[in-house]
Amino acid sequence: MAKPVPQPTPTEQPFYDACARGELALQHCQNCGHRLFYPRTHCDQCHSTDLVWRTASGAGRIASYTVVRRGVSADFEAPYIVALIDLEEGPRMMSQIIEADPEALAVGLSVTVDFAAWSEEITLPVFRLHPALAGDHP
Amino acid sequence: MTNMGLGGEFALIGMAESDVGIVPDKSPRELCVQVTLDAVHDAGLTLKDVDGLITCNAFAEPIMYHAEAVAEYLGWQPRHCVTVNTGGGTTFMALNMAAAAIAAGMADTIVVSMADSLRSFMTRDQAMVVQSSSGHPHYEQPYGPTVPAYYALIARAHMDRYGTTEAQFAAGAVSCRAWAAQHPKAQKRDPISLDDVLNSRAIADPLKVLDCSLVSDGGAAVVITRKDRAKDGPHKPITLLGYGEGHAYEHISQAKDLTTSAAVQSGRAAYAASGLTPDDMDLLQLYDCFTPALLIQIEDLGFCEKGEGGDWLASGITLPGGSKPLNTHGGMLSYCHPGNPGAMFGLTEAITQMRGDAGERQLSDIKTTLCHAQGGIMSSHASLILGVES
Repeated sequence: MAKPVPQPTPTEQPFYDACARGELALQHCQNCGHRLFYPRTHCDQCHSTDLVWRTASGAGRIASYTVVRRGVSADFEAPYIVALIDLEEGPRMMSQIIEADPEALAVGLSVTVDFAAWSEEITLPVFRLHPALAGDHP
Repeated sequence: MTNMGLGGEFALIGMAESDVGIVPDKSPRELCVQVTLDAVHDAGLTLKDVDGLITCNAFAEPIMYHAEAVAEYLGWQPRHCVTVNTGGGTTFMALNMAAAAIAAGMADTIVVSMADSLRSFMTRDQAMVVQSSSGHPHYEQPYGPTVPAYYALIARAHMDRYGTTEAQFAAGAVSCRAWAAQHPKAQKRDPISLDDVLNSRAIADPLKVLDCSLVSDGGAAVVITRKDRAKDGPHKPITLLGYGEGHAYEHISQAKDLTTSAAVQSGRAAYAASGLTPDDMDLLQLYDCFTPALLIQIEDLGFCEKGEGGDWLASGITLPGGSKPLNTHGGMLSYCHPGNPGAMFGLTEAITQMRGDAGERQLSDIKTTLCHAQGGIMSSHASLILGVES
């Protein structure tokens, strides 16, 4: 076993290309204005295929979180924090919150995106508590 | 939507369970074969009298054409034979498909049969990885969520929104164990306290190991036919009074609402089809894969106001002697949880109680039961209302 690493489809590739540049990219629907996550061929609101990539701010809030005490496999060293993040632009995504004190976490707190290499080819978005909240944790 | 096919026209006439818990001496296929045959015999029939089989594949022994393989093993050539999979909701969705198949003339009498052996035919790590593989391969699994972690996200959101406490979740586990203590077959029978749950090993905060269902082996099957064909059997027929489904999403990160599930839709449809209400339910057999799932189903199926599931569970109303008996076999938290077949044991327990065959744990006057199953991470829901004539 190794950590699962995405194998992007052509549709998804721009998302991972942006991650490699240190940007969080979201699809915007040119027909209805909806912002999508995860990447799709069709808007999940109006089903238009007229989707363009835009860079997101990288700011979000914690919708929920858990400290995983027993990792899913030996490749994940517990404890680690899995969270659902509500992005400023609207979509929700799963991610990890890194380098945070579990005691400092709460639903609704502000987070900002960062990026971490998952393999030689794939970089994924992760999140940190907003600097104003992160306290003294390294 | 209301399912017209189940409006009192179909009945369960046979049922069987395998040994449950730790069953290393039979493979999932062998367990499925055994309960298929035993359920047919329980109905007073032989395989010659049954012309349909619906199964669910097993994680521990996947078979490309599962139902066909089970029929072949028995030298049986049913007219209708299909494998379905909607995760933990397969149980009652398969039963609904069986009723629909009978209504459509595809078969007259069908066995719905499921078994798996997550405990003895997989390592702990294999069972963990295969179950967590329901996560999105690109947008969830890379972050290392476990199945308990998915439910922990739901639990934390419910605590934040409604003030629900870890002790209120734990009350569900205590209640299921109190019932399991009365069942000689239950995998875990030693009574537990709230403190036992709260002090058990942390798995994914706020969930502890005793908030999580068991990892088990086992199988169960039921036989369904049209009600007018059901009256000659050895047991009281159990009537399917109502059924409903709700499908909200597949991956938890795509849920529009973390604290209200599509059990709202499945429950409403089942109540509408049966003409009954939550107050009419004498017995509840809900899907207790994790304690927060149980608590949210209680709310979404209408047993209390939204957000009050914690108080409702902590009141003791579901314990032996309480007015809303819940998971009287012990549920997946304490009786048996072999993966997708888990809710079958809620169904077989409901049938047992409604037949009056539950021995020392027999309840009086159980005329209606609500059975609920769900697949994914509170993703898809199936609600089934059963009745028995006195």
